[in-house]
Amino acid sequence: MHTDNMLSSLTISQAHEKLKKREITSVELTQSCIDRIESIDKKLNAVVHRNFDRALEEAKKVDDSAEWNSALTGIPYLAKDVYCEAGVKTTGCSNMLRSKDYIPPYDSTTTKRLSAAGAISIGKTNTDEFTMGGSTETSCYGVTRNPWDTNRVAGGSSGGSAAGIASDEALFALGTDTGGSIRQPASFCGIAGIRPTYGRTSRYGVMSMASSLDTIGPICKTVEDLAIVLEAIAGHDPMDGTTSDRPVPKYSGALKKDLKGVRVGLPKEYFIEGLNSDTEHAIREAAKILASLGATVTEMSLPHTKYALATYYVLCPCEVSSNMARYDGIRYGHGVSKPKDLLDYYQRARSEGFGTEVKRRIMIGTYALSAGYYDAYYLKAQKVRTLICEDFTNAFKNFDLIISPVAPSPAFKVGAHVNDPVAMYLEDVFMDGAVMAGIPALSVPCGISKEGLPIGLQMMGPQWGEAGLLSAAYAYEQATEWHTKKPAL
Amino acid sequence: MLRTMTTLTKDQVLHIAKLARLTLTPEEVDKMTKELSSILNYIEILNEVDTTSVEPTAQVTGITNALREDAVKPSEAKPDDLLGASPLPITEHQIQAPHAHG
Repeated sequence: MHTDNMLSSLTISQAHEKLKKREITSVELTQSCIDRIESIDKKLNAVVHRNFDRALEEAKKVDDSAEWNSALTGIPYLAKDVYCEAGVKTTGCSNMLRSKDYIPPYDSTTTKRLSAAGAISIGKTNTDEFTMGGSTETSCYGVTRNPWDTNRVAGGSSGGSAAGIASDEALFALGTDTGGSIRQPASFCGIAGIRPTYGRTSRYGVMSMASSLDTIGPICKTVEDLAIVLEAIAGHDPMDGTTSDRPVPKYSGALKKDLKGVRVGLPKEYFIEGLNSDTEHAIREAAKILASLGATVTEMSLPHTKYALATYYVLCPCEVSSNMARYDGIRYGHGVSKPKDLLDYYQRARSEGFGTEVKRRIMIGTYALSAGYYDAYYLKAQKVRTLICEDFTNAFKNFDLIISPVAPSPAFKVGAHVNDPVAMYLEDVFMDGAVMAGIPALSVPCGISKEGLPIGLQMMGPQWGEAGLLSAAYAYEQATEWHTKKPAL
Repeated sequence: MLRTMTTLTKDQVLHIAKLARLTLTPEEVDKMTKELSSILNYIEILNEVDTTSVEPTAQVTGITNALREDAVKPSEAKPDDLLGASPLPITEHQIQAPHAHG
C-alpha cells in the first residue's frame, strides 16, 4: 500500500519548503517515516536497528528551535549499519559485532555533520557483512528484498539504504561505495545515488573495508537531494588525512545548467556480450535524450576496462585482510570463553564472528600479500590500476562526462549467485573503473525492464567534478519521468 | 599470452588460514580450496597486461603527508565506554586478555 500524500514520500527539498512554511513539523515527518517502516519493513528487511524514540526527541528539539537554516534541518534519514553514532547500536551486519551489540563511543564525521545541520537519524540499514557483497545476502540479519519484486535482491552492499528510500521509509540514506555499493543498489531500486571523488567525503567513524577505495555518499529520491546531502557532508576532515581541503561547491545551487556543448562519451567496452538487452536499450535511449538536450554524444574507448574488476578483486581483499585484523575479540566484538591460549582465542573469535564472504576475502588477501606473491598480485594490480587511471585522464581531455550501464542487468533473484563468488563479483564489472580512478560516479533511474524492474544510468565525471556531474544528471532527470516511478508495495 | 591455472592445495589453504588467524572446518577447507582457486584464476587475466615500466598507483588524491599540529585534544570517546565495548573481563581498568602461552 502506497499513499502519495504520505509525508515520508516527500523529497528533501519538498519537505524543507513545508517545514519552513510550518505546514508540517519535523515530528510529523519523522513519525511518518517510523509508521512506514513499521508497516512495510517486514516485507523488505531494510532497517536493522531502530532509534525511533531518540529520533522523535531530536525532531521535537528541531521543531522547538524553529530555525530552518539548512535544507536538512528536521529531515529524517537512515544510515547504513557501518556509520558509528555515539550511543547507537552499529554492527556492520556482522555477528562479529552483533554478539555483544557494539555501541560506538563516538560519531562518524558524516553523521556528526548531518546532526549539526539538524537532520534526524532514525535507524540503521541492512548491508552485506562489513559491506562485502553485492546483494545484502551476506548480512547476519538476512537479505534485504527489492521493493519492486520481493523475490529479488535490492542490490548491495548498501541494499537496505536503497530499498528503504525507494519505499519511502525515510527521505534519504547514507551508503558507502567501495566497488559499486551505492550505485548498484540505487539502480536496482530505481533511485539516485552518488559515489563522490575519493577524498571528497570523510571516512572517519565508518567501518573500513578497503581504505584506499572506500567512499561515503548519499542515496536519495532525486538528483537535487543528492546535491543537498553531498554539500552538507563533503569537505576536509582533520580526522581523515585522505580528505582534500579544496572548497566544496554549493552543488544544489548550480544544478540548472544547459547541456549545450557538453561532451558525453559512450565507452564501447561497456557494451559487451551478456549485457541485458533492456538495459542496453535504456542506456542508448538515455544517450539520445542527452543529445536532444544539446550534448554531443560520441562513442569512445577506455581500453583497460576489462581489467578493472580483476584489479579490484586483488586490491580490495588485500586491504580487507589488513582492515579485518582489528577484529580480534579483545577490544570489541565477539569473544569466546575458556580459550587454550591467546592464539586459540583469536582464531575462535574470528572464525565464529566472521561470515563466509568476509573469510573468503581475508583468505585471498592474505594469500596475495604473503611472501613470494606480493609482486605477482598486489604490485601487478597497482600497476594495472595506473593504466586504468590513465584511460580516464586521457578520456576527460576530450569528454566532460562518460555514461554507461550501472550493472549488466536489473536486480537478480535472491540466491542466484550465492554459490558462485566470481558470478557475484561480475555484477561490479561496470563500476570498478571509476573506483580505480577515484573519480565521481552516480546512478540515476533511466528505464524499467520488461519484467518491471528499474534500470540505472551510470554517469562518471572527472576527479572533483561532482558539480558538473550532478548538473548533467539533473538535466537528464528533469527531461524524463523515471525518477517519479514508485514500486507498488 | 599463456594463462596458467592456479590451483591451491588444501595444505596451502590451511597455511593461509593460520596466517589469517582463522580456523576452518574440513567442509570450509574443501569449499575455500575450490573457490579461492576459481577467484585466483579469474585474477590471472591481469597477466595479459604489459606493465613493464608502469609505476604502481597506491592512491589517487595526490595528497601526501597530511600533517596537523601535534596537540593533545580530549577524545570524544570516554575510557570507560571504550572498556565497556570489550567482551573480556575488566580488571583494574584494563582488559584482561588470555595468556599468550597457555
